[in-house]
Amino acid sequence: MSHPLRAAAFTSDAERTTWHDETLWFVRQKRDKAVYGIPEFQQLRQLASDIKEHTLSRLDEYLEQFEQNARANGVQVHWAADAEEHNRIVLDLIRKAGATSLVKSKSMLTEECHLNPYLVNNGIAVVDTDLGERIVQLREEAPSHLVLPAIHLKKEDVGETFHQHLGTPKGEKDPQALTEAARLHLREKFLIGEVAITGVNFAVAETGAVVVCTNEGNADLGVNLARVHIACMGLEKLIPRTADLGVFTRLLARSATGQPVTTYTSHFARPAAGREMHIVIVDNGRTRQLGRPDFRASLKCIRCGACMNTCPVYRRSGGHSYDFTVPGPIGAILSPNIDMRQHSSLPFASTLCGSCTDVCPVKIDIHAQLYKWRQIIAQEGELPAAKKLGMKLLSSVLARPGIYRLGGKIAREGLRFLPHGLTHAQALNPWAKARELPEAPKQSFRDWYAQQAVKQ
Amino acid sequence: MKVGLFIPCYIDQFYPQVGIATYQLLEKLGVKADFPRQQTCCGQPMANTGCEQDAKPVYRHFVDTFRGYDYVVAPSGSCVYHVRKHYDVVEQTAQVQHVRQATYDLFDFITSVLGVTELPGRFPHQVGLHLSCHGQRGLHQANESEMTPVREGQLSRLLRTVDGLTLTELNRNDECCGFGGTFCITEEAVSARMGQDRVQDHVLNGTEVLTGGDMSCLMHLEGIVRRRQLPMRVMHAAEIFNAALQQPSKPVSTFVPGAVAAL
Repeated sequence: MSHPLRAAAFTSDAERTTWHDETLWFVRQKRDKAVYGIPEFQQLRQLASDIKEHTLSRLDEYLEQFEQNARANGVQVHWAADAEEHNRIVLDLIRKAGATSLVKSKSMLTEECHLNPYLVNNGIAVVDTDLGERIVQLREEAPSHLVLPAIHLKKEDVGETFHQHLGTPKGEKDPQALTEAARLHLREKFLIGEVAITGVNFAVAETGAVVVCTNEGNADLGVNLARVHIACMGLEKLIPRTADLGVFTRLLARSATGQPVTTYTSHFARPAAGREMHIVIVDNGRTRQLGRPDFRASLKCIRCGACMNTCPVYRRSGGHSYDFTVPGPIGAILSPNIDMRQHSSLPFASTLCGSCTDVCPVKIDIHAQLYKWRQIIAQEGELPAAKKLGMKLLSSVLARPGIYRLGGKIAREGLRFLPHGLTHAQALNPWAKARELPEAPKQSFRDWYAQQAVKQ
Repeated sequence: MKVGLFIPCYIDQFYPQVGIATYQLLEKLGVKADFPRQQTCCGQPMANTGCEQDAKPVYRHFVDTFRGYDYVVAPSGSCVYHVRKHYDVVEQTAQVQHVRQATYDLFDFITSVLGVTELPGRFPHQVGLHLSCHGQRGLHQANESEMTPVREGQLSRLLRTVDGLTLTELNRNDECCGFGGTFCITEEAVSARMGQDRVQDHVLNGTEVLTGGDMSCLMHLEGIVRRRQLPMRVMHAAEIFNAALQQPSKPVSTFVPGAVAAL
């Protein structure tokens, strides 16, 4: 199913669409307030972009430096070429630890690798400990947003889910009561957690440490109570120095939620005495993207979600309409790299308004990349046949002034004299479902101009 | 100064009054524009659909049509942005480079080239300005809310100088209308919803006349206004200025012929 069909299903609930749009617009406005308050914000964006571009330009060196330093800290480093290898490595580590359950803090990488179903199929109990992630996990849904995984749900929906799974009273929708229920439920899980998995926001090459940003402190609770910590990261998460980190932490939380900084910025450098720490570094298509000059900048992404909050299409179609781990504009430029055919409608799920590019804290030219993916998708023959043919036809008309004039006249006359019911038949003309066509004039501009010339 | 008027294909066919207003407005500002008859389209509809290769003959035709002019002026920031930004895929001959640099949105031309900072005349209505994304974020004709809280731009500045005209203060100053070229058909549901939300912002804040610098956004919004039978007129800003200038209250003092900004 393509994006337009899933989006149409979402917008068919007009009230919910309004609520979704306004909720995310509120987050965008919080971001604006935080951004306007920092006079050097645009310089920070440039600096972050430059640091990331530099890091990507010598990623091999930084990866090796990072691995070396992490090993020197007593951390075991694993390399995974793809999602399957990542999942296998994680399962092996869990089995070696003799564990049957684990707690996980938020990690879009493990979502991307579909780690949860893999582990569950292999008899491991997985508990997501980020509140939003836990909600969607209980509902057996995918996150619909990078930093707000359950943003597609209202408090009533959460109340119903908690009633079913956590035994809260039927009809309970008070956010504080629901959060308290989740706290108690998760606390039990933290206490019995043997293995803790975290994502990684930043990996510092010069120290070998990883940095995890959360608002709930769940990463810290998980890691500090478990015997084994497994940190899973995409290989683009590197920054060269600890000194660079401040640039990104200032940008990340402001862009994501309008906070000056996330509540917790946790540094994990080495395992505590008697415990293990592992880092799994995953490629899964990233080096392929690095090798595409037009798209390599997408690897600068720090997963703040600002492009989703600002995207007028995302806000009105919901994260699930993208059917990809990373939804929204950034997902639409990452997904064709993974499977162009499956995700071919995503780069077209945009008006190319450019707002995504303007909010991006690391200055990824998202809308320009959407445009470029469209070209590639068309060249690879992945456009719907009608679109392809239509564009060829249009081109042949527009390169020939005589045919253009004739075509324009026919269209105008058709619109003037055909019955409204036919020109606005919704089955034939999607435009007319919600809009009137222009009222066709008798005369085109060029006709008027020619008349003027005659008069003079 | 030889100025070629580019009237985008859909304006030519469906909104000739916008072309006429553009022509007459330029005339009132002392510029006699020429309309080369062989012109068609900038090629954007194909290119935005991914068929840049199919658009190349249209690009070449555009350049052939306008290469002899000092300036090419169009009442559509979107088409102008396309020529400037995306004509990089054909061979960059001197002519191609010239046409790319010389193509201007009407209000950018009036402001930056002619140096006009105010337009006299009277238009006693509450006007809601819809910013086109390509004009605003692409050509930087207006501030962006992603960067600054200051709502300022070429067109809003000009509109404020018209006697009797008040500008609507919108809840969302620069959200996309959802037209998006073929997006308006392929993503019909989201496109329509975006347009409805934009129109609603204007309804809530008292817009009588909805305007903008880009007729493609306005075509989409007008389609919604008419479907919903809302008491709101949709006019391209060239029509407003042209109408306002019918009885100029004072001469256009800021325009000095010959004082043309160098490119």
